[in-house]
Amino acid sequence: MKKYILIAAAIAATTLGAGAAVAGDATKGGQTFREKGCWQCHGFEGQGGSAGPRLANTQLPEDALIAFVHNSNGPMPPFSEKLVSDAQLSDVYAYLQSRQKPADPKTIPLLQP
Amino acid sequence: MIEPKKSGTDRRNFLKGAAVAGVAPAVAVAAAVPSAEAQVAAPRHLPSALPPTVKTIAAEVGDVKEMNRIGGKPGSDFMVDVLKTLDIKYTPSNCASSFRALHESIINYGENKAPEFLSCMHEESGVAMAHGYFKITGKPLMTMVHGTVGLQHATMGIYNAFCDRVPVIIIGGNDMDAASRPPGVPTFHAAQDINLIVRDYTKWDDTPTSLQAFAQSMVRGYKIAMTPPYGPVAISLDAGLQQEPIGAHGAGLYIPKFNMPSPPAGEMGAVKEAARLLVNAENPVIVADRSARTPEGVQLLIQLAELLQAPVVDQGNRMNFPNTHYLSRPAGVVSTADVIMGLELSDFWGTVNAYTDNGDDGIGVNSTKIKPTTKLISISSVELLTKSNYQDFQRFQSVDVSMPADAQATLPALIEAVKSALTSERRAQNDQRAEKAKKTYADIRARERAAAAVAWDASPISTARLCMELYGQIKNEDWSLVASEGNVSNWPNRLWAMEKHHQWLGRSGGYGVGYGAPASVGAALANRDLGRFSVAIQSDGDLMFAPGVLWTAARHKIPLLSVMHNNRAWHQETMHVQRMASFRNRPSNYGNDAGPVGTMIQNPDIEYHKLAESMGWWAKGPIKDPALLGPAIKEAMAVVKSGQPALLNVWTQPR
Ligand code: HEC
Repeated sequence: MKKYILIAAAIAATTLGAGAAVAGDATKGGQTFREKGCWQCHGFEGQGGSAGPRLANTQLPEDALIAFVHNSNGPMPPFSEKLVSDAQLSDVYAYLQSRQKPADPKTIPLLQP
Repeated sequence: MIEPKKSGTDRRNFLKGAAVAGVAPAVAVAAAVPSAEAQVAAPRHLPSALPPTVKTIAAEVGDVKEMNRIGGKPGSDFMVDVLKTLDIKYTPSNCASSFRALHESIINYGENKAPEFLSCMHEESGVAMAHGYFKITGKPLMTMVHGTVGLQHATMGIYNAFCDRVPVIIIGGNDMDAASRPPGVPTFHAAQDINLIVRDYTKWDDTPTSLQAFAQSMVRGYKIAMTPPYGPVAISLDAGLQQEPIGAHGAGLYIPKFNMPSPPAGEMGAVKEAARLLVNAENPVIVADRSARTPEGVQLLIQLAELLQAPVVDQGNRMNFPNTHYLSRPAGVVSTADVIMGLELSDFWGTVNAYTDNGDDGIGVNSTKIKPTTKLISISSVELLTKSNYQDFQRFQSVDVSMPADAQATLPALIEAVKSALTSERRAQNDQRAEKAKKTYADIRARERAAAAVAWDASPISTARLCMELYGQIKNEDWSLVASEGNVSNWPNRLWAMEKHHQWLGRSGGYGVGYGAPASVGAALANRDLGRFSVAIQSDGDLMFAPGVLWTAARHKIPLLSVMHNNRAWHQETMHVQRMASFRNRPSNYGNDAGPVGTMIQNPDIEYHKLAESMGWWAKGPIKDPALLGPAIKEAMAVVKSGQPALLNVWTQPR
């Protein structure tokens, strides 16, 4: 619950909207994503699963993502600026935005009902 | 069949006599029957034609006297007679001297049938095989263990069975008479009360000291194990009782008849009150955990849900409700409810409350998931259990209607009570409710499919891809997912069509890791006899606790397709340690691995395919490219259909 308030606040405060130009370095971001342990709960591709939601191609603005990671007081443990800096999270953001967009499930034969 | 020896000399008296005479027992035994060495050393001046032995003469005149050294039918043969009345099909066990007499009786006197001895490499595997077997057949198996060291090995498996409400009959051998039992190892393997270490997580245990008491204990134990809530029972068997002839115990020995007990059903007043609440509710929700003990349980729940048009959350410790039914819902639906009925919930508190592991000072935060006015109904046989040490009963949750009773046994009366309480207006709303529910259901399914498509081509392979490649190949078989240990983000429950009770068996119960591999072999054994195709999603950490069960599967020709979810970690712990590091605001030490030191199974990577191959399985791996997975599964399935177990070592995403 608190998380959503937090994210809403971050969205309100941000100048960057979803789909805006991404400043970070996706390659470095991928490395940070692995080294800081984000992959553990979100998957190496940020695909999400039972331990954490999907982050790949996230709709969140970059600032909201950064604010969330530093301050999460919900199911995700917070990562302070000491653990992962804003610049590193910008790279993570770029990494997540660079993930291949998933195919329409209707085009994947194994996902047909 | 066998004449009881008239002398009345039993083992103890014989050994005592030998000891009094100052003769070592081994010598006395050697004097009675020449040892192999003595025969070899005998003079070689044999007559050209040996004189007939007493036995040969007797045979020729048609009067065969059994040359039975122990003087009559041994106690353990009678024990086998008792076991046969209970129709226990297998005894997966690791051999041990403290039950050698029963072992010998089972395979020779009992002709190794009902029970058939299955060779296990670890006692925990024996228990977990019985655990998995029961979940397919509804019939318990018996496992024999050394009463001390073997039972110590077996304990975690027993705890899992206890928490999962599964009957297993554990027979522990113990040589109780300190004056007559052999010194040394057998004495290390003896104890005053072997069952003590499992008393907190067995339903009942006993130490019979006569054959008649054994017969009563076995039948009583079986009955207790098979009365809901089901659970394991332990019977300690004295070595002397097994080994000695029935002799004087024989007269009047009888085997009590076993009649299946009826499960405890809810009291009618409470049933009617529950029906009233459910019928009058705007948004009734049913949550089921171990509700369906048998396939009939599934049908009953469908009937009730449709009568009320109530969504059903299947918490998945059994297959309670088809996930293809439009009333099937994820857990979150409880927040909309004004009445929630829990059926055999292992954790009612956790069903209606949340615990967030992110509070100040390392303490988690509790919060409610439901409205303050929501009424709660519970039907749970577990409330009839009164063990207190282990905390499997979870936190206390107050409920408005509490029925300490078996849910499945209560459902027929509840369905009738709901039918009589339903007004015609309420019935008239059902079509409209169903329409709405079908639409919601279709939306949920579409979202699940979209989520599965993310990272579809990733390497390591996504758990969604793993599960759907597998499902694509098995869906036209009469398949049974015999275990899914490790966490694959619940994809089978989310996307496979699960409609039959045997298609999903639930989890370990106590979350003791190491259940998956042996339980899947036990369930596959049951499915083999029923002609079904067994498949397991096998995690790496789980397999390594007691991988010897792979050999048991090959040895006893148990077909099973085991597809690994090899994320190269005890990944739950990976996340736990990471969480701790984040709370403490310090980076986590990964050593040379991909995650926190002590939680990864890397450097070197285990070649599970080679491990399986070495124990008689067909195996392939490591498979990292998702495009290669489908063809490999196809190949493995052909092998399994020929009767051999097959394993695929697949490198996967963490969850
Ligand atoms: C221990 C598990 C865990 C780890 C490690 C972890 N997360 Fe999370 N993350 C979660 C969970 C659980 C949530 C859902 C939180 C909620 O609902 O409040 C989440 C949510 C998020 C969200 C919000 C997503 C949304 O759309 O609402 C972002 C962004 C995020 N994580 C980024 C990260 C990054 C970046 C890292 C690494 C620095 C990381 N996470 C590490 C478990 C984890």
